[in-house]
Amino acid sequence: MTTANNTAKKGGFLAGTANYLDERVGVAGILKTFGRKVFPDHWSFMLGEVALYSFLVLLLSGTFLTFFFQPAMTPVVYDGIYGPLKGAHMSVAYASTIDISFEVRGGLLMRQVHHWAALLFVASAGLHMLRVFFTGAFRKPREINWVVGFALFVLGMGGGFTGYSLPDDLLSGNGLRIIDGMLKGVPVIGSWISSLLFGGEFPGENIVARLYSLHIMLIPALILVFIAIHLFMVVIHKHTHYSGAGKRDDNVVGYPLAPVYVAKAGGFFFIVFGVIMLVAATFTINPVWNYGGYDPSPVSAGTQPDWYIGWLDGALRLTPSHLEFEAGGYTYSMNVLLPMIVGVLFLVVVALYPFIEAWVTGDKREHHVLDRPRNAPTRTAIGAAGVVFYAVLWAGAATDLIATNFKMSLNQVLTTLQISLIVLPVLAYIITKRLALSLQRKDREIVLHGRESGRIVRLPHGEFIEVHEEIDEYTRYKLVDFVNYEPIMARPNARGKITIRGRIRASMSSWFFEDRVTPVTPAELEASHKQGKELH
Amino acid sequence: MSEKKNDLVKHEEVEYQYDAGLAKVNADKFADPGIEPHRVRMTDKSVKHEKTAARQVAALFFISIAGSIFAIWAYFGFRVYGFDLNSIRNNALFLGLGIALGMLGIGIGAVHWAKTLMPDAEVSEARHQTRGTEETRAAALEVIKLADEESGFSRRKLIRRSLYGALALFPIPGLVIFRDLGPNPSDKLKHTMWSAGAKLMRDPSGTPIKASDVQVGSVFHVIPEGLAELGESDATYGKMLEEKAKAAVLLVRVDPADLKESDARKDWSYQGIVAYSKICTHVGCPVALYEQHTHHLLCPCHQSTFDLTDECKVIFGPASRPLPQLPITVDAEGYLVARSDFNEPVGPSFWDRKA
Repeated sequence: MTTANNTAKKGGFLAGTANYLDERVGVAGILKTFGRKVFPDHWSFMLGEVALYSFLVLLLSGTFLTFFFQPAMTPVVYDGIYGPLKGAHMSVAYASTIDISFEVRGGLLMRQVHHWAALLFVASAGLHMLRVFFTGAFRKPREINWVVGFALFVLGMGGGFTGYSLPDDLLSGNGLRIIDGMLKGVPVIGSWISSLLFGGEFPGENIVARLYSLHIMLIPALILVFIAIHLFMVVIHKHTHYSGAGKRDDNVVGYPLAPVYVAKAGGFFFIVFGVIMLVAATFTINPVWNYGGYDPSPVSAGTQPDWYIGWLDGALRLTPSHLEFEAGGYTYSMNVLLPMIVGVLFLVVVALYPFIEAWVTGDKREHHVLDRPRNAPTRTAIGAAGVVFYAVLWAGAATDLIATNFKMSLNQVLTTLQISLIVLPVLAYIITKRLALSLQRKDREIVLHGRESGRIVRLPHGEFIEVHEEIDEYTRYKLVDFVNYEPIMARPNARGKITIRGRIRASMSSWFFEDRVTPVTPAELEASHKQGKELH
Repeated sequence: MSEKKNDLVKHEEVEYQYDAGLAKVNADKFADPGIEPHRVRMTDKSVKHEKTAARQVAALFFISIAGSIFAIWAYFGFRVYGFDLNSIRNNALFLGLGIALGMLGIGIGAVHWAKTLMPDAEVSEARHQTRGTEETRAAALEVIKLADEESGFSRRKLIRRSLYGALALFPIPGLVIFRDLGPNPSDKLKHTMWSAGAKLMRDPSGTPIKASDVQVGSVFHVIPEGLAELGESDATYGKMLEEKAKAAVLLVRVDPADLKESDARKDWSYQGIVAYSKICTHVGCPVALYEQHTHHLLCPCHQSTFDLTDECKVIFGPASRPLPQLPITVDAEGYLVARSDFNEPVGPSFWDRKA
């Protein structure tokens, strides 16, 4: 003990602090374990970081806003400094939002920081999900972490929507009106849910305060818990790395946490915050004072939800007319139910995809080396189809703006998008799969015959050839290191029966792996060399 | 170098052999050549470059300091003069630019530091299977067994089953207490403020409309008599919004010859003046756009389109039902009044709207 204290004294303040902390929280052990943890480097690994940091920005700017915002629908006569609304009846929520914008210094800036950060949070979480999907990072042992990340994405949409509704301006009120209309369309319990949510008839005097509780407490708390689980699992699994020389399933290649990643990731937090701040300082977002307080009668044309709700709004718009019907005296609002069902199904497929693929491949091994998207052609094609499906729904939310800006008929834009929603994902699937297979073939070609060097040589017998340069072993390893799956046939089980399950798995496996390009083997490379020598 | 060390670790430990499923595990594959040799940076081999990089990092941190000081000055220095949008905008703009500079200086500086001056040779670390070793798993199983034996969880059926029952029931009071979030929807959804003799008033002024004021092709946004007054008092403002969300009406006059009216509705219009609910039958947005030469009403939210001359039937978009028509007539003084409430519930459909 005495020796330790002595060394602490010699080291000065820093060593003293370290000693103090170690004796109370065991910080030495923590540093020893985690301080030099290796973390792989790739730009695409920053997408998740952007999401994490924009969430921190949301917490900070949101806390500032709660000090001034009053989440009540109590009516007041506006008596602030904004001239055009003087004397107007409005809710306290809306009035305090205008006060934050005009009468609190830095308030307008913080509102814009908060809104931009929210848009960035959902966007970066979405892109991060796409990165994880297309590189197969969701494979064992990360299936559960995929579901956790999925929950974070959905919570992000929920947080965004509840926040969008708080200012109680015309736009947010119309957004809530749409939610009310959708809830009422739910069979049997629809009008009950609506009445419970709004505390009676729409709009009532409760919804803002209720959404506020969800927005500042329940949703952020859940997001924090899920982020903690998400990162905890990253520590357990260690981060994936891209395929390449030296990268294997039983190691992790990259830079140590201290000092490189402390500087890079810590610095990146400031960059993300700084960029959000820069955008918030220079670009107006949601100027609620222009819209007026909520009133169920007026509406402005060309209004748009925040981007991440667009695909759901688009689903509502693309639904064909006259789907509602009555049976047994009750109303089935299929025009509202169908887009809700499609949206939920889409999300369910996204959440379950890792389990579906794992069932098809039957591969129980751990995968820590990421797939290059081309090396999993069917998965990449499914992903592309999903992205296009989402994108068409998303474009659907802007049918009116597309029509007016490009001087087209609204009806034709809508019909085109309805057809696109079915046709384009199929096209995207086919094109992507073919592209991936072609790229794989190109890789094979490069491994077997080398790169075209651009050097033309004339042989003694007069023939011209281009010299191909063999690639180095590091590049070659990157091109040949991938898993090769082969489809199975449905076979009878022990009792001599071919089960339905077996049949489905067999057809799924041939759907996934019938068309495939196998990695070059050393034997193939040697054969190719020999053949080359014989020819020339 | 760490690569070799890790390989040693790897061979000592027996990894669990998982089933590879459909994966074709080929013994004839290229050997991993190991991490590519590190490329030396300019800052590693030239003292001059190293010093420049160090100065750049420090300069970025100084820029950050300047930015933060500027932000504090901007907060106080760019005064806000009452309602002057320019002064408000300048305050937010320069405060934001200062803070952004303060952050970007630190961020870019730190990343530049890491990229130029910290080691950039990739290192490798062993990664172990997530699954516990056989001993760990056996020990964990033992813990579960002991806990089960000591508590008698499997053995004592009565305790176990009664616990399941208790656990299943205890959350229910937690759900029941949310009952008072809102009242029974009752049949409020089926009625609006309109009644026989209620005058049609301009929205939002609340002044009555004479039939003679309504020109062919003109549009009036209409609320029922008494609704504007509800909005005047804070006590009834919320009630006004709820009523308006059901009772808002669009009034249009067309050439009577253009109207295709069914016999039942012959007396619901007055000399080509028709009144329709403004609340969309899709999800409730206000159907606020009227196209004069086609007589179409368009909902700006989801583009449901209704033909005003044909009893507002849906001709395009996701809505299914026509907009409900408000039967109108004129009173003795020539003012437009309602004949009755709507004959069906307005707005978005709900389960028992017909019941």
